[in-house]
Amino acid sequence: MAPLSHYLAVSAILFVIGTAGVLFRRNAIIIFMCVELMLNAVNLTLIAFSQFFGDQTGQILVFFVMTVAAAEAAVGLAIVIALFRNKQTVDVAKVNILKW
Amino acid sequence: MMLSAVAFYVLSAGAIICALLTITRKSAVVSALMLVLTFCFLAAIYLTLSAQFLAVVQVAVYAGAIMVLVLFVIMLLNLESEEIQLGRNWKGMVSILAALGVLAQILGMIFLTGDRLPKTISPNAAMLGTTEAIGRTLYTGYSFPFEMASLILISAAVGAIILAKKRLT
Repeated sequence: MAPLSHYLAVSAILFVIGTAGVLFRRNAIIIFMCVELMLNAVNLTLIAFSQFFGDQTGQILVFFVMTVAAAEAAVGLAIVIALFRNKQTVDVAKVNILKW
Repeated sequence: MMLSAVAFYVLSAGAIICALLTITRKSAVVSALMLVLTFCFLAAIYLTLSAQFLAVVQVAVYAGAIMVLVLFVIMLLNLESEEIQLGRNWKGMVSILAALGVLAQILGMIFLTGDRLPKTISPNAAMLGTTEAIGRTLYTGYSFPFEMASLILISAAVGAIILAKKRLT
């Protein structure tokens, strides 16, 4: 059995990969997928803590995180579709109408 | 016991490699498929923690529903592949440095407090992760948040339809 710190390390690496993707990609859909990756990394942390300490609350929280992630996916992709319909692009560098 | 540790390291390596491929591929479709693989590896890692219910939900909800939705949108929008400017401009450099800084901080914290973290899984972990146990907790102690979750889902569905529908002029 791998110790808890290794599970946390894997989760941290996945979270940081997601962060890097959000920072340097310009395609809105890929940025969106990187956010999902970060959510999953946090879920791994919650499940690992929950099972190593024998407390079920963490897994209940993961269930709710997945629910909210599904809702967020629906709304986020609808926003991406609306963006593409108005701008013919999903490149976040070209969507700068609110920039000063 | 030894076998589960080996399984965990192999699955973790797979998940990390697929996640790296997700953020470095030019084409959005390849990225999405790599992310599906990452989610499947994560579900298997949940199984090594004996969280069976969440492993199945991970495959059904994330790798199934959410990623199918994402692929659907990618195919709908007919995107051109972006050129990745990683390390060629200051923005890519700064994002890599920021990510590595965050990683160093988190890993430092984990391994500085590593001796206080448990080394083995809790003995009653196998009973906690079953559908029955999760369902019992969810429908007794967490029944109100559960109903609120359904409210969130229905409002998100309505909002998505309103956002994505054509303007009727």
